[in-house]
Amino acid sequence: MLSRVADSLYWLSRYIERAENNARILDVNLQVTLDCERSGPAEERVNWLPILATLEDQTLFNKHHATVNAEMVCDFVTFSSENPNSILSCVARARENARTVRDYISSEMWERINGLYLWMNSPEARLVYKSSAIDLYRSVVDYSHQFHGTTDATLTQGEGWNFIQVGKYLERADSASRILDLKYHILLPEGEKVGGTVDTVQWQAVLKSCSAFEAYRKIHTGQVTPWSVAEFILLHESFPRSVRFCVDGFDRALHRISGCDRAHFANPAERLSGRLLSDLHYAAIKDIIQQGLHQYLDNIQVRLVEAASAMRKQYCEWMETPMPTAAASVQKM
Amino acid sequence: MGDAFRSYEVGDFYDEMFSSQNEARPHYRELLERFGELSDSELERKHRLASQNFLNQGITFTVYSDNQGTERIFPFDPIPRIIPRQEWEHVERGLVQRITALNRFLHDIYHDQRIVKEGIIPLEVVQSAKHFRPEFMGVDVPKDIYIHICGSDLIRDRDGNYLVLEDNGRCPSGVSYMLTNRQVMKRVFPALFSQHKVQPIDHYGQELLNLLRFVAPKNCPTPADPTVVLLSPGIYNSAYFEHSFLARSMGIEIVVGQDLTVKDDVVFMKTTKGLKRVDVVYRRIDDDFLDPTVFREDSLLGVPGIVEAYKKGNVNLANAIGTGVADDKVMYYFVPAMIRFYMGEEPILPNVPTYLTMFEEDRKYVLENIAQLVVKSANESGGYGMLIGPHATAEEHEKFRQAIIADPRNYVAQPVISLSRSPSYCEGGTIEGRHIDLRPYILYGDKITVVPGGLTRVALRKGSLVVNSSQGGGSKDSWVVDED
Repeated sequence: MLSRVADSLYWLSRYIERAENNARILDVNLQVTLDCERSGPAEERVNWLPILATLEDQTLFNKHHATVNAEMVCDFVTFSSENPNSILSCVARARENARTVRDYISSEMWERINGLYLWMNSPEARLVYKSSAIDLYRSVVDYSHQFHGTTDATLTQGEGWNFIQVGKYLERADSASRILDLKYHILLPEGEKVGGTVDTVQWQAVLKSCSAFEAYRKIHTGQVTPWSVAEFILLHESFPRSVRFCVDGFDRALHRISGCDRAHFANPAERLSGRLLSDLHYAAIKDIIQQGLHQYLDNIQVRLVEAASAMRKQYCEWMETPMPTAAASVQKM
Repeated sequence: MGDAFRSYEVGDFYDEMFSSQNEARPHYRELLERFGELSDSELERKHRLASQNFLNQGITFTVYSDNQGTERIFPFDPIPRIIPRQEWEHVERGLVQRITALNRFLHDIYHDQRIVKEGIIPLEVVQSAKHFRPEFMGVDVPKDIYIHICGSDLIRDRDGNYLVLEDNGRCPSGVSYMLTNRQVMKRVFPALFSQHKVQPIDHYGQELLNLLRFVAPKNCPTPADPTVVLLSPGIYNSAYFEHSFLARSMGIEIVVGQDLTVKDDVVFMKTTKGLKRVDVVYRRIDDDFLDPTVFREDSLLGVPGIVEAYKKGNVNLANAIGTGVADDKVMYYFVPAMIRFYMGEEPILPNVPTYLTMFEEDRKYVLENIAQLVVKSANESGGYGMLIGPHATAEEHEKFRQAIIADPRNYVAQPVISLSRSPSYCEGGTIEGRHIDLRPYILYGDKITVVPGGLTRVALRKGSLVVNSSQGGGSKDSWVVDED
């Protein structure tokens, strides 16, 4: 398979997943802030700043906006074309990548991505957003699920499919760790206790961002506690949005691509993914909390980046050449 | 006449379907009857169905009216054009003769230039041709084939004679429309096909692949199984759909410049399993953009070093570099002479009468009669750089006069040919006569294959003579039919 094709499939999948995760985070934060009793400019800032911190978009946001409030953050993360990681930008980039591999992916996959792109750019999406932004975020999540479902149902599960899995799981693992970290950035209002109502609501929000609340409830029937949430999202073996599950999926896809069995590694990327996976297999939440959850999550994110670059170096090493721009490739028919 | 044709006017043209206002040509009678049975709403529905089919499949081209580039479908006219087999055989013979002469000409012009030495074509015309590549003098190409894929444009005059309007020996496009038009027609009008013996065209992809494999370069390490790729400028190119369509139908990789690299004068594609040697490149990029180290330095589309690899016989390009010299509209004037010179035959398909403004006598005539003539710039395509005298203003006439005087080598003029018309489904749901041309596709490999029919382009704007997709043209399915 051409390296460029592998690269496009990988990014196509990452961008779709990123659009979905952004939609989830905004959805949940909107719902949580609706529960807040007090609201003034200061509280809004406190409620929405963590979103920017989580997405690492703060500097760019500050360049364009003086104040932090719900409307501005939502606009910035949803529709802003200045923000390369806004949902709209992610969808546009996913579609761009899909177009270059139009003959590798199935027509049904193309139609899902194209449909999401056309819809996000339609006046209808703006109307939905105005009347209830949560509806828009739900639709984005739906499209993403349809895309992955369609992919599994229509695409030969060969090398290309595996690159799509690599992109999906890497992005999802990264995002899950960021969502968990979100709580680190949320300050408990003065006078609130750890384990109090507000604290519980916030931890529940973290679970909901990962669609993990219901699954979590099936295991933990008592109080929502920070360490049990962290344990669930980080280390659960079979919940499909836990970091461990995603790293497992990433590692498996890498091994399928190289044909190497999973007890060994064929290249540096597999060594890194395998080591991270084994750390997650044997980690205990008690140690993690003791070490500091934020530091631990930071470390996970760094290791995911390292594994991703090793993967790209292995299969798409030469990709630094810029793609020709539209203007440069105009030729008459 | 059928219902849908009740107000059809044949007009003062050669009509493909009717020999006179009330008389359909024999090979169209069956079709006319079938269309006659359709009600207006049924016809409208079928037309909508067909257009929807193109849109869903993403069969679009890109128009650059602004920086954005808009994707559009190429309008489809559901009334097929029918060419009886005997008539087609004449066209086919003419095209085979023509591509043979053109390939011999290209070999000659890049080697001994006998045709110049013997005074048939002035040296100056060759040297000043924009796409002549003197750096390829003396370079041999595999099997001596220069134009592998050709798409000549044919028109019919008032008497129904087929004339050659131009030869496209560089990267002729449109073949995907020919193939998808047929697919869509079969889906929308299945019954018509059971009533006519339409010669199939589906083998185009296979024939093209056979041809590309046949012309593997001399240093190909696996001559029995060469690696073929299609080189495209990328997704922003207006014909990207066609590139991916052809790659898919041949089962070969579609690559862009950055997918290829040249090491030690050998071309490789970059795959996830390392570098893979490439033997034949079906390139849909013009010479100018092919290799920034040889041609345009600013080209980001090309592959640095590919020309050297080609010269060394490590890779082959289809079509060859430098075929554009034969596409020059001044050179076109000399094609009948080439046929006589290389083949000792009379041209089967004549040219449109042409005046070369570089000749003083012709120039004088053109300048005086510009309002009655079509003037073309020698190296433009796609309907650009062209003046249709009778449809233009005095100001435009004057602009072209000045341009001709300033650069007489760069222009040719032709009388306005009254292109044949074919009944076409027009906006508003009426059937009216519209001017058409025909672009057949010719493949030159171990044998010469002409796909029966070709792409019929329709000037859908009322009265228009310009069939190009960028200028409001559409297309229709073209049938070569066996008569019993």
